[in-house]
Amino acid sequence: MATVRILVGTRKGAFVLTSDEARRNWEVSGPFFAGWEIYHIKGSTVDPNRIYVSQSTEWFGQLIQRSDDGGATWKPVSNEFTYEGVPGTHQWYDGMQHPWEFKRVWVLEPSPTDAEVVYAGVEDAALFRSDDGGQRWRELPALREAKGSLWQPGAGGMCLHSILIDPTNPERLFTAISAAGAFRSDDGGQSWRPATRGLKSNWELPDPEAEIGHCVHSIAMHPSQPQVLFMQKHWDVMRSDDVGENWYEISGDLPSDFGFPIVVHAHEPETIYVVPIKSDSEHYPPEGRLRVYRSRTGGNEWEALTDGLPQAHCYVNVLRSAMAVDALDPCGVYFGTTGGQVYVSPDSGDHWTAIVQHLPPVLSVEVQTLP
Amino acid sequence: MIRVVLPHHLRTLANVGKEIELEVSEPVTLAAVLDALEAAYPMLRGAIRNRNTGRRRPLIRFFACGQDLSHESPDAPMPAAVVSGTEPLLIVGAMAGG
Repeated sequence: MATVRILVGTRKGAFVLTSDEARRNWEVSGPFFAGWEIYHIKGSTVDPNRIYVSQSTEWFGQLIQRSDDGGATWKPVSNEFTYEGVPGTHQWYDGMQHPWEFKRVWVLEPSPTDAEVVYAGVEDAALFRSDDGGQRWRELPALREAKGSLWQPGAGGMCLHSILIDPTNPERLFTAISAAGAFRSDDGGQSWRPATRGLKSNWELPDPEAEIGHCVHSIAMHPSQPQVLFMQKHWDVMRSDDVGENWYEISGDLPSDFGFPIVVHAHEPETIYVVPIKSDSEHYPPEGRLRVYRSRTGGNEWEALTDGLPQAHCYVNVLRSAMAVDALDPCGVYFGTTGGQVYVSPDSGDHWTAIVQHLPPVLSVEVQTLP
Repeated sequence: MIRVVLPHHLRTLANVGKEIELEVSEPVTLAAVLDALEAAYPMLRGAIRNRNTGRRRPLIRFFACGQDLSHESPDAPMPAAVVSGTEPLLIVGAMAGG
């Protein structure tokens, strides 16, 4: 019988939630790294016992922890993230140039083909790669050559928060940066170009269709259809059918097209999920009703999923990395909130249950489906 | 021996008790103590000083003998009581909310 393991990163530690494939009874363990901010915790699909953690605080800086036994034991690996060459400058909030400074690791993306390879997306935005399970990190500096001097921080900082690797072609990478945009590489990160044609940021940019400056919140891909990308932008839910060359809006009948995460169903590449948030200045669900929206048509036509979710007085947020799916059939969908709840739907979103209700604010949710 | 007291999170990280002892060759400066600390406990690299610049992290403080040494030069001699082992060097997470 399969096991599902949810890896939850929070403001005050990591938690691991485990269940059998019925996904009704959950064992909760943690906090691990208690008191530290866990921006991301993610396992390798090649070796599910290998799990990486980004652990940080303002006080003591950044650590990377690695487990090789499914989370039973951990050891710190390298936390040395040094930009290649002279780091240079990027735009600051006031439009002036500001030196590139490492602050933290937002995302760790293990390779889908090699257990030793893992990518790290950091603030100030850059992409690093390790070929030895995190013992050494080297920057892929060409990304910052994609007009990096024009990038500027969003409200959450200038973070590289999303990394997608095409499972059919690991040389093809996508990254997303707030507030710079989305970027694509076809050569393993040796060269990059913006992938923003079709994005429109009418309220945030003086030129709404500028190549650089869009506040991309998250991007998603289904492994069977890697030419199709989905994006939750600051405002607008977007789609590309040509590997990110061109984007078009699929917000359709959503109650708000502002939000943070977007995920794709494990077995239906045209079924996608978002969590609408009222606005960029009011980071909570419209009308205080927590609703996941599902489109089975690849966008534009959306249905509200509410069964088991609070439909009154709910003012939590769901952050960009805090939603994931498992690989079971029917597909399980999971998300965590800034109010400390982690919800599961074992039936593709039709019914929801809170696994835990009182964790620290949830920063990230990843799911491992173990045989 | 030089006595060093670590804050809670760094004790957990280094898997040590509240106070540790370090052999530090003369002259005993803050930089020399931190070098010895990081050599003995490599997992602390980057947690007290910036890995690239070597500067104190903004929310770290160094106290000894009732004095705040945080803004002293890292190459200044440590107080005699620290050098003799009578008093510990306290590495402290600054009070900054949270």
